[in-house]
Amino acid sequence: MFQVRIHGRGGQGVVTAAELLSVAAFTAGRHAQAFPSFGSERTGAPIVAFCRIDTRPIRLREPVLQPDVLIVQDSTLIQRVAVFDGLPPHGYVLLNTRRPWEQLGIEELTPDRVVLVPATQLAIVHLGRPLPNAALLGGFAALSRGLVPLDAVITAIRDRFQGAVGDGNAAAAAAAYTLVRETVQEPLHA
Amino acid sequence: MLSQIEGSRAVAETVALCRPQVVGAYPISPQTHIVEGLSALVKAGTLGGCEFINVESEFAAMSVAIGASAAGARAYTATASQGLLFMVEALYNAAGLGLPIVMTVANRAIGAPINIWNDHSDAMSQRDSGWIQLYAEHNQDAVDLHVQAFRLAEELSTPVMVCMDGFVLTHTYEEVAVPTQEAVDAYLPPYRPRQLLDPAEPVTIGAMVGPEAFTEVRYLAHRVQLAALTRLPALAEEFAASFGRPAGRPVRPYRTRDAETVVVALGSVLGTLKDTVDELRAEGESVGVLGITLFRPFPLDAVRAALRQARRVVILERAFAVGAGGVVTADLAPALGPGQQSYTVVAGLGGRPVTRASLRRVLADAGAGTLDPLTFLDLRRSLIAPACEGA
Repeated sequence: MFQVRIHGRGGQGVVTAAELLSVAAFTAGRHAQAFPSFGSERTGAPIVAFCRIDTRPIRLREPVLQPDVLIVQDSTLIQRVAVFDGLPPHGYVLLNTRRPWEQLGIEELTPDRVVLVPATQLAIVHLGRPLPNAALLGGFAALSRGLVPLDAVITAIRDRFQGAVGDGNAAAAAAAYTLVRETVQEPLHA
Repeated sequence: MLSQIEGSRAVAETVALCRPQVVGAYPISPQTHIVEGLSALVKAGTLGGCEFINVESEFAAMSVAIGASAAGARAYTATASQGLLFMVEALYNAAGLGLPIVMTVANRAIGAPINIWNDHSDAMSQRDSGWIQLYAEHNQDAVDLHVQAFRLAEELSTPVMVCMDGFVLTHTYEEVAVPTQEAVDAYLPPYRPRQLLDPAEPVTIGAMVGPEAFTEVRYLAHRVQLAALTRLPALAEEFAASFGRPAGRPVRPYRTRDAETVVVALGSVLGTLKDTVDELRAEGESVGVLGITLFRPFPLDAVRAALRQARRVVILERAFAVGAGGVVTADLAPALGPGQQSYTVVAGLGGRPVTRASLRRVLADAGAGTLDPLTFLDLRRSLIAPACEGA
């Protein structure tokens, strides 16, 4: 079983990202489960969503406590929420930021476990709006090396968003995919 | 065909396939996505001939369902938590009048304190209302139970509540096979009301009944409920033959045949429990799970048969009767023999996650004989200490 936890803020499409990831995994022939951890459903409030992917049907309903990949849609959460809780030594963090590692002040992890993706910038360029979720899913596809292929992510995005919004999000995902493929050499333990 | 969709969406599509003629809708978390989905289907013309009524409260939602059902329409609504409590007076009327309304309850805690998250307090507070209650384990189950609920309700002329865990199921995306219209039509014939309000042939439904016959009305209601104990298993077998998957079996034993310890539970926690039991079995522990789908009427004989060999029975309660104890525990007690030790574990109230780690701790304590007969799972003692001091 492969487990993903997504942190972000209300309005950034955190729950949508988990849902799209599960649809992409399903499209790729896997079993998948996505669910939110609702709390303060306000714009800007910290939000968490989860996604499990497996080759067998998924019965487990507890929150993802030990994520294989942690997607952080908003880097301002790092100092305020215990986002890295439960991350095992083999786990990766996909972090939306345009800042270099040295400026992030992350003490809990080493830089080889953290993949930096300027997802908001990519979304502004390709979509025209600062919504980082689709781009990060493209980054996840690159990191997962075939667990969830990019074309499955793009299919899921286009199923949900038609027209220009679908095009923009798909382009942002593809751009992030290329970036992460160039950055990460070591394959993920899937 | 399998699709990866939200539980609420799957239920909305399935309810639409059951061709309700009147849907009374009032939004409340975590049920809202279901009636929103149905409103979209009605607007799109997918649900021909269905009257979708936006009502002003849950009391009105059930009242609309009662009126529609009495006039011969297949009626549906959905609610949760405080919404269910607000319609309680009408709930008892629906059952007392023998109206085959189907309602989804997206299970949620009851305030105060206000809490939007999942437990079974809402539906279980209505265990004596005369409604049949079915509890879904996963979203496929939720879908399948709705199809069966309309059939069961109309055959017995009594209302049925399909309970699905709020958020944990309603808001989860997972793979679901939403049935085809042809398959549902073949399984669920058009509604033929037992009695009908018709201006051309006026009758009175719901007249006052005095002491001379009130007991008899209740006796007959009980008899109708008990009929579900044999009718639901038959419908479940017919469903399995038609749709190729099991659903609606009143009890669902999992690895219980030789289990020394059996955990009894309802709803979505069964998935986590089964994973936990598989882990413990691999380590040589003798444990199993008994899922209960049918909570009203309570399938006492089936529960007794499934627990016969167990030395220890752990009842996982997702609701709690303050001042008394476990709700399921009280129902289940007559199924246990003198040599069987039972434990009540109150778990997952107000949305607290029930984890494998916590379940393993409880089962280890039960095996060691150190589990309290009434245990609150993961009770945060630091939070209660100030209030308990000096008590």
